[in-house]
Amino acid sequence: MGRYVARRLLLTIPVLIGASFLIFAMVYALPGDPIRALAGDRPLSAAVEAQLKAQFHLNDPLLVQYGKYVGNLTHLDLGTDFHQRPVLEIITNRLPVTAKLTLVAVLLEAAIGLTAGVLAGIRRNGYFDNVVLVSTTLIISIPILVLAFVSQYVFGLKFGWFPIAGIQQGWYSYLLPGLVLASGSLAYVARLTRTSIAENMRADYVRTARAKGLPNRTVIIRHTLRNSLIPVITFIGADVGALLGGAIVTEAVFNIPGIGRAVFDAVRGQEGAVVVGIVTLMVFFFIFFNLVVDVLYAVLDPRIRYD
Amino acid sequence: MSSSSGYLASSPSLDPSPTAGAVLEVDDLHVEFRTREGVVSAVNGISYTVDQGETLAILGESGSGKSVSAQAIMGILDSPPAVITGGGINFQGRDILAMTEEEQRQIRGPGIAMIFQDALSALNPVYSVGFQIGEMFRAHRGASRKDAKKQAIELMDRVRIPAAARRVNDYPHQFSGGMRQRVMIAMALALDPRILIADEPTTALDVTVQAQVMDLLKDLQRDTGMGLILITHDLGVVNEVADRVAVMYAGRIVETGTVDDVFTRPSMPYTVGLMNSIPQVDAKGGRLKPIVGQPPNLSRIPSGCPFHPRCPLARTGPAALPDRDCVSDLPPLRVVTVGREAACHYAEEVLDA
Repeated sequence: MGRYVARRLLLTIPVLIGASFLIFAMVYALPGDPIRALAGDRPLSAAVEAQLKAQFHLNDPLLVQYGKYVGNLTHLDLGTDFHQRPVLEIITNRLPVTAKLTLVAVLLEAAIGLTAGVLAGIRRNGYFDNVVLVSTTLIISIPILVLAFVSQYVFGLKFGWFPIAGIQQGWYSYLLPGLVLASGSLAYVARLTRTSIAENMRADYVRTARAKGLPNRTVIIRHTLRNSLIPVITFIGADVGALLGGAIVTEAVFNIPGIGRAVFDAVRGQEGAVVVGIVTLMVFFFIFFNLVVDVLYAVLDPRIRYD
Repeated sequence: MSSSSGYLASSPSLDPSPTAGAVLEVDDLHVEFRTREGVVSAVNGISYTVDQGETLAILGESGSGKSVSAQAIMGILDSPPAVITGGGINFQGRDILAMTEEEQRQIRGPGIAMIFQDALSALNPVYSVGFQIGEMFRAHRGASRKDAKKQAIELMDRVRIPAAARRVNDYPHQFSGGMRQRVMIAMALALDPRILIADEPTTALDVTVQAQVMDLLKDLQRDTGMGLILITHDLGVVNEVADRVAVMYAGRIVETGTVDDVFTRPSMPYTVGLMNSIPQVDAKGGRLKPIVGQPPNLSRIPSGCPFHPRCPLARTGPAALPDRDCVSDLPPLRVVTVGREAACHYAEEVLDA
C-alpha cells in the first residue's frame, strides 16, 4: 500500500507539469493586452508599458515564459499579480474561505444525499422514493448558475433567511452558498445510494443474513447499508477535490472571496501567474483526493488490494 | 402434537430430542409469484416430512419449485412478489406460518438453517469469515465479540478448515471454493439446528471437492442427528447420501420413496426419464437419452398431468381409463406400493414395465 501511494504521488508531478503548461498556454493565447487592460482609460507611456512588459516577461515566446515560471517555482516563487502581490499570498488568503465552503457543501451533500438515498432505497417505489426521484431530477437538470441566483433571490432577498452575499456572518453565511454548491452532487449521491441499496437488497449475502436469523435492523444496517455505501463514500471523497476547485460560479454569485472568485477575477484581468498558480493547485487537489478515495476503497472493501 | 410450551421465550437453545414424529412437516404448501406479467405458480401443494437424522433429497430440474419451497420454509422468500397462498409448515409441532416475524426469526439458525449453492456470493465480501460465523452466537445467544470469535474458530476446526485460528480473520475471497462452502456449513451449523436445508451445496464445486463436502455433511449429520433436506439435481449425490427422495415437477412432488426404490424401479414416467438420462459407463459411445420437450411454463402449467406433453406413455380420449385422462385429469400423489407414492394415473404399469 505504501509503495502504491508513493508511486501515485510521484505520478502527479508530470500531470501537474502538463496541466500547468496547458493553462499557461491558454492564458497566453487569450486575446487582448493585459497591461493596457490594467491601465484602463488612463494614458500609458510607451516607456512604462515596455518596462512592465519586460518585468512580467510578456514579450518572451511562450516556452521561454513558461520556463522562467517553472524555474521560479523551484524556490516556491509562484510569481506576483500585476499589483506586485505574490500569488502564494493570494492563495493562502483565499484558500481557507474556499475550504470552509467546501466543508459545508460536503457535509450537506453527505447528510441530505445519504439520508434521502437510504430512505428511498429501502422502500423502493414508495411515496418517498418518488419524491426523491422527482426532486433530484429537477435539481440535476437546473444549471447551477440559475440555482444560485434563484436561491439568492428567494431565500436571501425575499425571505431574508440567509445573508444575500459575503461572509460577514461566519459559518452561517456559508450555508446557502454551500447548499447551492452541493446541490448537483447531493442529488447524485441520493440517486447513487438509492440504486446501490436497491441492488444490494437482492444480493445473495443479504438473503444469507436473513437465513441466519439476524434481526431485521442488523440485516439492513450491517449487511445492506455497509456494502451499499462503498461507492457512495468514494464518490463523496472524489467530490471534495472537485468542489474545492469548482466553486467559481457560486463564489462569484454570492461574492465569497475564495480561490474560485480569485481565479474568476484573474482570468478577466489576464493575470497569467495567478490563473496558472490557482488552477494548477485545483488540479492537484483533484488528483490528491482521487488518491485518497482509492486508498479509502481498499480500506472499505477487503477485496481490493494494491500491492 | 404436544406443544412445547414457550421454548422460544425461555431459551434460544431448542429441545434436542423432540417428541416422536417428524421434526419438520410440510403440508400442502402453495407458493405463487405475483408479477406484472401474471401469476407464476411455483409450488403447487407439496407435502413431506423430515425425521430426525434423516436425509430427504428433493430432486428436480430448474424451475421445478425445489428452491422456492425451501425458501418458504426458511421464511426468506422475497415478498413481494412471492406469496405463500396455502398450506402449513410445522416445525417441532408448531406452525411456522402462524408465528410472528420475530418468532420465525428466532427459529432461523437454532431451529432450521440453510446453506446455499454459491458460497462466494452468499457470504458478505466485506466481513471476515470469523465475524460472519460469530454473528450467529452474537445474534441468537448474545455472545461477546471475543467469545463469538473463539466459537467461530472451533466451528471452523469442526468443518476441517486447516489452520482455523490463523484464517478466522480472512475474507471470503481469500478461500478456495470448497473451503468457502465449509465456512457456510460452519455458519449454518453454529447453533446445532434440528433441520439443515442444503440448496445445491455442491453444484458450484468441482467433483473431488463435491465428495469431500458431502462426506463432511454426512459426518456432521451423524454427530448431531439433524434432519437434512438436500436440494439438488445431481442424481449421483442423491444416490450416495439420501435416505428418501422426493422428485418434483412443475411445483408438485410427483414421486417419493426410498432412494433404492425410486432409482431402481421408478413408478412415474418423469422419474423413468431422469434415470434413463444418467450417463452409463457400459453404454460408452452411445447417445445420452434426454427427456424430450421443454420444462413447463409455470404461469401456464399444462392441464391434467403437467408432464403429459412430454410423457411417452400419456393416454387421452378412448385410450384412457375413465377419470384417468392424462390431458384433463390431474393425477393425485397416491400410494403405489408400501412406502412409495407417485402422481401418475398409470403408475402400476410404469412400475411393472
